Amino acid sequence: MNAEITDNSAGRAANAPLRVGLDVGSTTVKVAVPGEGGEMLHTRYRRHRSLVRETVADMLDELCAEFPEAEEVLLAVSGSAGIGIAEACDLPFVQEVYAEKIATETLNPGTDAVIELGGEDAKMLFPGPHFDARMNDSCAGGTGAFIDRMAGLLNAQPEELDALAARSTTTYTIASRCGVFAKSDIQPLLNQGAAREDLAAAVFSSVADQAIASLARGRTISGKVLYLGGPLTFQSCLRKCFDDKLHVQGICPPNSLYYVAIGCALYANRAVRPADLAARVRRVPARGNACPYPLFRNDGEYEAFRARHAAHAVPLGTPGQAREAFIGIDSGSTTIKIALIDAEGHLLDSFYESNRGNPIPAVRDYLLRLYTRYPQCRLRAGAATGYGEELIRHAFRIPFGVVETVAHFTGARHFLPNVDFILDIGGQDIKCMRIRNGAIDNIFLNEACSSGCGSFLQTFAEQLGYTVEEFAQLGLQAEAPVELGSRCTVFMNSSVKQAQRDGACVADISAGLSRSIIKNALYKVIRPTGPDDLGKHIVVQGGTFLNDCVLRAFEQEMRLQVIRPNIAGIMGAFGAALYAREQFRQQPNTPPPAGEEELQAFRHSTRSAVCGRCTNRCRLTVNSFGNGNNYISGNRCERPVTHAAPADELNLCRRKLRMLAELPRRGDDAPLGPIGIPMGLNIYELLPFWQCLLTALGFRVVTGPADDRGVFRLGQNSIPDDTVCFPAKMMHGQVRWLASRGLRHIFYPCMTYNVREEGADNCYNCPVVAYYPEVLAANVPELASLCCHFTYLGLEDRGLLTDRLTAMFGPHFPQIRRRDVKAAVAAAYAAQNAYAQAVRDAGADILQQARRLGKHIVVLAGRPYHIDPRINHGIDRLITGLGAAVVTEDAVAHLAAGAADLQVLNQWSYHARLYAAARYVCRHADTEFVQLVSFGCGCDAITADECRRLLENAGRLYTQIKIDDIDNPGAAKIRLRSLFAAAGIREPLH
Amino acid sequence: MSVCSTSVPDNSPAPPVFTEAMKHTHTILMPAMLPLHWRLLRAAFMQCGYRAELLRNTGQAVVETGLRYVHNDICYPALLVVGQVIHALEHGGFDTDHVAVIISQTAGGCRASNYIYLLRRALRTAGFGHVPVISLNVQGMEENPGFRIDLHMLRNALAAMVYGDAMMFAANKQRPRELTPGSTDALAESWLQRLEQLYAEGKAHKRRTMRRLLPQIMQDFAALPVDPGRPTVKVGIVGEVYIKYSALGNDNLEAFLAEQNCECMVPGILHFLFYCVDTYVVDFRLYGGRLKSLLSNSFAMWVLGRQEKLLRAAIASAGFPLPASYAELRASVAGIVGLGNNMGEGWLLTAEMLELANHGYPNIICVQPFGCLPNHIVGRGMINRVRKVAPHANILALDYDASSSSVNRENRIKLMLATARQA
Repeated sequence: MNAEITDNSAGRAANAPLRVGLDVGSTTVKVAVPGEGGEMLHTRYRRHRSLVRETVADMLDELCAEFPEAEEVLLAVSGSAGIGIAEACDLPFVQEVYAEKIATETLNPGTDAVIELGGEDAKMLFPGPHFDARMNDSCAGGTGAFIDRMAGLLNAQPEELDALAARSTTTYTIASRCGVFAKSDIQPLLNQGAAREDLAAAVFSSVADQAIASLARGRTISGKVLYLGGPLTFQSCLRKCFDDKLHVQGICPPNSLYYVAIGCALYANRAVRPADLAARVRRVPARGNACPYPLFRNDGEYEAFRARHAAHAVPLGTPGQAREAFIGIDSGSTTIKIALIDAEGHLLDSFYESNRGNPIPAVRDYLLRLYTRYPQCRLRAGAATGYGEELIRHAFRIPFGVVETVAHFTGARHFLPNVDFILDIGGQDIKCMRIRNGAIDNIFLNEACSSGCGSFLQTFAEQLGYTVEEFAQLGLQAEAPVELGSRCTVFMNSSVKQAQRDGACVADISAGLSRSIIKNALYKVIRPTGPDDLGKHIVVQGGTFLNDCVLRAFEQEMRLQVIRPNIAGIMGAFGAALYAREQFRQQPNTPPPAGEEELQAFRHSTRSAVCGRCTNRCRLTVNSFGNGNNYISGNRCERPVTHAAPADELNLCRRKLRMLAELPRRGDDAPLGPIGIPMGLNIYELLPFWQCLLTALGFRVVTGPADDRGVFRLGQNSIPDDTVCFPAKMMHGQVRWLASRGLRHIFYPCMTYNVREEGADNCYNCPVVAYYPEVLAANVPELASLCCHFTYLGLEDRGLLTDRLTAMFGPHFPQIRRRDVKAAVAAAYAAQNAYAQAVRDAGADILQQARRLGKHIVVLAGRPYHIDPRINHGIDRLITGLGAAVVTEDAVAHLAAGAADLQVLNQWSYHARLYAAARYVCRHADTEFVQLVSFGCGCDAITADECRRLLENAGRLYTQIKIDDIDNPGAAKIRLRSLFAAAGIREPLH
Repeated sequence: MSVCSTSVPDNSPAPPVFTEAMKHTHTILMPAMLPLHWRLLRAAFMQCGYRAELLRNTGQAVVETGLRYVHNDICYPALLVVGQVIHALEHGGFDTDHVAVIISQTAGGCRASNYIYLLRRALRTAGFGHVPVISLNVQGMEENPGFRIDLHMLRNALAAMVYGDAMMFAANKQRPRELTPGSTDALAESWLQRLEQLYAEGKAHKRRTMRRLLPQIMQDFAALPVDPGRPTVKVGIVGEVYIKYSALGNDNLEAFLAEQNCECMVPGILHFLFYCVDTYVVDFRLYGGRLKSLLSNSFAMWVLGRQEKLLRAAIASAGFPLPASYAELRASVAGIVGLGNNMGEGWLLTAEMLELANHGYPNIICVQPFGCLPNHIVGRGMINRVRKVAPHANILALDYDASSSSVNRENRIKLMLATARQA
């Protein structure tokens, strides 16, 4: 893909001016000169590494050299980075999709659909009488840059990915929603030992899913389909993915890289002198959002800064003399870090390397090296931490495991005993901890969608063709760092693109990115009110802080001085080693990690399997090690390991699911036949009401399946808005599933208002819950031929509800009389009240049992639909697996209703319960509050802050878990284990 | 527990109230939205005896300030309003002991109803906890003894919206074709000054005045020398209210479109007011409620109807093509989206898309803050339906956000325009 592609032929019609198309994209520049008959006289393809103007000018020079006789050519520009050049040099600009359309109509008449994946854009166009074109929205990264990034994760060149994917034997489903999410899906799989071949195939499959879901938006793609752009040209497996998913036989035509450039050339209508133009392009001045102050004003400032930080070094031991040692292994998302300490806590040795997609060989080699080089030194104990904790522990019989937050705290405390704030920015995570009285008092972790971390900086450096170190070095000298904002990686891509368009130099981009990482950490994760808010003794660590630009940016932004240990990159491993030493002192009989002989015989193999113990059908990765240890991952519960059904007795989520499943319903003999109810959103709460009502009227109620992974994919391509929350997206699959069952009637009312909660100002639903039926009716084609009972209904006024239901059913079921409806409505109210009471009783039962057993209780606060296992990804069972009981917000809300302490408008029913549940936790020391938040839920931006405020005012911890399509129990586990560690709850021993 | 970052100090006192006395000592700061309307709204407030000032600060500094003080998942308008207010208090040279802030508070299921709380919290965090925040609403959601929304105030404010709509409509029609660059805006400015004078005299809101002036305004605009043959692409702008109307919110979208030789149509705010009141009437029919509320809102509908009639007569008198009336808009969505769909911009947004598509503005940009909840439903969610009824509609949904880059948006707009030019 890096190689230059040249295609040249000599002949062209005499005298006609050359037509030149210039496509300046986000990562590459393409030039095409089509001849009269559609053949290409000249094409060039080159990555511009952010040097947009220089690359364009060079390529124009080449053009001049190639066609010395062409004094004037017809030229037009296209591409996202071309806008700036077109404006500055007064050249005609053609929007790239439009250019593609022109080229397609000329070179491939009769095409029905074009799919183009570019560096950072995905496009779909439908030529023909009703021309239609779509581009991906800003929050969607399933494109070329995404593939490059995933290739990096898999430790492969992008061009190798295709060969890898061709050898895949099984596929994993990874989130296709955006690059950041897919990455957090792939990383755990990698750490669990999944094969690269299979992951490569999964990457392609997710790209295809993403493109189809976000661009087709319900439109059927058929007929003659063209594949254009880099990724689809170079990756045959990707084309095959599209073919399979669309059931078409698409073609990748010759010159598929150059369609935009060709379209430009065909459109070109202004004559320019290419030789002059090259010079003009070089002179285009840089402009943009430059920040007035550099990181360092002069060399003296930098030297002083360096000298100050050089002082913070960890005491070193002598490995050749140490008699005993403790090892800490931090198996992170992209790197593996190891620290070896002696009995005094002095650092003997350290190791920091990319895990190349599999941490096992690196650790094995390291241990073997250790045993050979220092035979006198006895490895007493060790602790593993990080994403790969479990894998490493099983593989090498590492006795202890510690959650990352605690490991980092242990490391920092050793360094600075009175530390009161720790900021750790690693490859994938930002962790911040506030320390009080020697214990973790508050934890902030970044969400998947604000991960401006180390790997992000690395990605950009590599994208621009530099190593991280070179990139950082450049940044130090930046004169005017660009202002890039502080959003997630995908947004950052376009900000960088804009800076490139404005002609910012690499140094300024590097410094600007460092600043944005800091802004992201500060304003998205920590959100302090001022420098005092962080504390007085601040330790910053994590590999990212080894970059002086980032460190400087932090000190500048907060106007304070911090301590960065010289081993900032391995503080987690260092802390784990210290933790192992501590634990070993308490348990001196702990057997040591795997010895030399065992390692010599060590063998690691993985195979994938599907767990058949429940309907989840988790895709398992089974790791086998030579030592007889097995490690199973990918499971959501302990069933495949322990072969016992999970104990759901103390789990209200599961009990509620069971209660809903057991609601009475009619059989096949129902007089009015079947009626479908999609299972999702507010139905999770109101099912007892509607099912009772419809059953009483004489229907057989059919509900959509809960917890079925396939259902989401079923409806995915009819979702009109990619940024809506995942629970809403699920509804598309639900109604499609119902339609596929041959149901004629589907019932799913619009409801502005919900049931009223005590102490609340009003009882609204959020707009998505309230009106999602309208979106379904407008976008799921199958519904057009069905009877959709999606009327607006409210529960406040029984008489009116009866009237409206009677009117709604009247045209379809004349036999339903008002007095039947009236009786059914009365029964429904009773059923709903009974259900609400049953939930409260079950909650009380769990609370009582847990207290009797001395178990901690987690109030898993969310919305009714968060009990759907497909939505909460089994987090409830994760919590019970960690030894606590789970109740939901609606089981405790009535015990702490009120409003006096609120600083927000309390007008949504679900929110009122969240606040009440938070209040309940404040009053009960044996409970903890964990809020489930769906990604993209605008309402929870308000509730999260308010719940946090309520809890912190009472001196309690607030924990939030953001969930989406992505199935990443690792991230949830870190939060939960950190919470339990901070709350002083012992986890059960494994 | 330590003082936590995001949180507010414990036991924060009740927010300060705008008292009777403050009416004479405090200046009320108005965050910007519609440039023409808000100038007149300020005049209306001053007519009622308040001191008021429009905030004009803008740019990246406002965004950065907002980012510091609100949750990053909250909608962009809230972030901008908070950023604009705090930035103004920090750098605007105001005596912060003698200012208050006014912010509109809508009721309803959209989270916009919580802006005022976000603003108060942010003010406290930024050290401006003593600045009173006035809620501008007609539902009596908050008590502000010093700021009374009485009939006089309502009439004045409503007149400001009607004058504003009239001028915005006419200016949008004429500006793309004006022969003397800047003449449309100059005319608008001269009318603004004249109306401000009339407000000071207490005459502007009178029905008699409006009946006389509205046609004059329209005719003055119609009389501007224009080149009717100038080719333009006709683009309608719909979407979330703040982003649609505020140049700060939409990154000067109208100016950008003007550079691309577009003629913009931005539906007026009168219909949005209509829709807000109508919500109560519709909800009464669907869900029941108090009869008194139904009656008062029905009366408000009647008042708004009379204003709309004045406006439409004025538009017709100047020979401009008449846009759809509220009643027509309401009828147009039958079978497309329910009238009960009334959070945020609700069904009105869908109706406006249909109206624009069917009345000469087939190219539509639907603007919204990233992650806007109502727009999931009535914006993006309804585009398929709108295109089914109006297949020629060329609709672009555009997200705005603190850090989404303008180059991305401009590129998508250019695609829409390329498609439009080809049609």
